[in-house]
Amino acid sequence: MSLQKSEALMIAAAVAIGLAGLMSPNWLVFTTTLAVSKALVVLGVVMLMRAGLVSFGQGLFFCIGGYAVGMGGRFWGIQDALLLILLGVLASTVLAMILGLLLTRYREIFFAMLTMAFSMILFGVLVKSHNLGSTDGFSVVEWSVLGWVPQSGMGVFWLALVIGLLVALFLNRFFQSSIGLACEAIRENEVRVEYMGISRRQVLYINYVMAAAIGAMGGSLTALAAGHVDPEMAYWTISGEFVFIALLGGTGHVAAAFIAAMLFALVRTYAVEFMPHTWQMILGIVLLLIILFLPKGIWSLFTRNRRTAS
Amino acid sequence: MTEILKTEGLSRYFGAVTAAEDINVTITQGEIVGVIGANGAGKTTFINMITGYLPPSEGSISFNGRPIEGLGPRKLMREGLARSFQIPQLFLELPVIDNLAIALSAAQNDHLQMLRPVRTKGRLAAADDILEQMGITQYRDEMVTAMPQGARKLLDIAIAMLGDPKMLLLDEPTSGVSMEEKHALMDTVMEVVKRRQLTVLFVEHDMEIVQKYVTRVMAFASGVVIKDGPVEEVLADVQVQTLVTGKRRHKSTATEQGDV
Repeated sequence: MSLQKSEALMIAAAVAIGLAGLMSPNWLVFTTTLAVSKALVVLGVVMLMRAGLVSFGQGLFFCIGGYAVGMGGRFWGIQDALLLILLGVLASTVLAMILGLLLTRYREIFFAMLTMAFSMILFGVLVKSHNLGSTDGFSVVEWSVLGWVPQSGMGVFWLALVIGLLVALFLNRFFQSSIGLACEAIRENEVRVEYMGISRRQVLYINYVMAAAIGAMGGSLTALAAGHVDPEMAYWTISGEFVFIALLGGTGHVAAAFIAAMLFALVRTYAVEFMPHTWQMILGIVLLLIILFLPKGIWSLFTRNRRTAS
Repeated sequence: MTEILKTEGLSRYFGAVTAAEDINVTITQGEIVGVIGANGAGKTTFINMITGYLPPSEGSISFNGRPIEGLGPRKLMREGLARSFQIPQLFLELPVIDNLAIALSAAQNDHLQMLRPVRTKGRLAAADDILEQMGITQYRDEMVTAMPQGARKLLDIAIAMLGDPKMLLLDEPTSGVSMEEKHALMDTVMEVVKRRQLTVLFVEHDMEIVQKYVTRVMAFASGVVIKDGPVEEVLADVQVQTLVTGKRRHKSTATEQGDV
C-alpha cells in the first residue's frame, strides 16, 4: 500500500503545524487543538453526508467522548489519555450500534430529527444529573500520555494532531474504498444499490457506527484540551455547528474538514473579539456566501483550480 | 431444454384492483422472450414480482428450480437474476467507471472492504471490457450526467450484466431512445447477450423490435396473459391485434364511431 500524494501532503502539513505550534501564542495553539478535535466530529458528519444523510445529533457522540474522559478520570481513576479516549470511543460505538439499528431505516428530515432527538435526550439526562454537575458540568482531572504528564497545552495539541492525522489517513482510504463508494452510491440511487446485491442498511449502519466512534475521539480531545465537560456538548446548536463546518468545507476530501474547522474557529474568534454581540451574524453571512459562491464547500476551490489547470 | 424460470398462479392485487392474475409461464434456458401489452396491462407488475420489487399476492415463482417468491433484489441478484430499468437507475454524480467498479465489487462480494481502493486493476480491466462490448468506452471517465439517453440505457444494462447473471430482465430497453438509435442499441445488447449465453425476458412497446429480436412473445391485457407463443403466431392473433398492437380496432370503439 503506497503513500498517495494527498496523504504525503497531509503528513507534511501535520508536521509543519506541529512545529509551528512551538512558536505560536497559547491562544492559537488552543484554538488549533479545538479545531482539530472538532474536525474529527465534522468528519463523522461528512461520512454521513456522503451517504446522503445529514445528522443534527453528532453532538451526542461528541458529548459521550467528552464525558467518558471526565468520568473515567474522576470516578474510575483512569489517567492515561489514550485509555480515556478509547473509553469514549467504546461507549459511543456501543450506543451507535444500538441506535443505528433504528436510524438506518430513516432518511432526510426524519433521520436529521431523530439524531437530534437522541442528542437532546442525553442533554436532558445530563442536565438532571446532579452527580455530574448538572448544567455546570465538571472538570477533567489531570491526565498523562503513557506516563508523561504534559505541563502545557502543547501535549494535547500534539495528541490531537497525531490522532487527527491518523483518522484523516484512514478516512482518505475509506472514501476511496468499496464501502466508501457504496455510501456515495446509496446517496445517488438506493434502488440500483440493492439490485447490485449490496445491503444499503448494512453499509449505512457501518458508516454510522464509524462516524460515531470518530466523533467520540473529537469529544474526548476537546475535553482533554478544555479541561471541562458540560451538557452543552450534546445541545443541538453544537451539532448544528458541526453541520455548518461540514458545509463550509465540503465533502470532497478529508482535509476539507480540518481547513473548515480552523477557518470557523478563527472567524468566530475574531467575530467575537470585534463584534461581541452580533458575532453569530458574521458566521451566518460567511455560510451564506459559501452556499452562494461555493456550494460544494471550500474544497471545491482546489478541485476547480485543478480542473482549470488540466 | 432446461427450465430456468417458472411462475404458477402468479397474481398481484392492489386493494380492489387486479394488476396481474394467474400468470403461468415457463421459460427455458437461452430463450429471448418479449413481453408486450398496452399501458397498465400488467407487464411491469409481472417483471417487478419476478425481480423482488413487489411481493406477489398469490402464486409461486421458481428460478433454476428454487422458489424465489418473496426474495428481495439482493438475494435474487445472488441467484443470478438481474434487471435493467425503464428509466436507467444509475449513480448520476459518479463517473461511469465508478458505476461499474462498485457493481463489480458488489458482484465479488467485496463491497464492505474499507482500505483497498474500489478501482483495482482487475475491476478496471473488467469495466473497460464491458464498456467496449457496449460501445460506450468514450464515456469511461465522464459523469453519468454527461451521457446521452441511449448510452445511459447501455450502461444500465452493462451494470446488470456484471453480476454474471443467468437471466436478464430488460424493462423497455429502447424507451426514450431515438428511432435511429434503437436498432443499434438492441444489436449491441443482443450481441453481448448471445456471447454470454443469457436468457432474456424483455418488455417492449416497439413491435418492430419485438419481431426482430425475440423468438417468443407473451401478450398481456388487463393483468392476464392472453397469448404466449412464437412471435409470428402471437402478433397475428386477433385478440392481440385488438388489445395490444392496435392493428385491429376494438369492436366497441368502432361501433361508437359508426364504422360497423
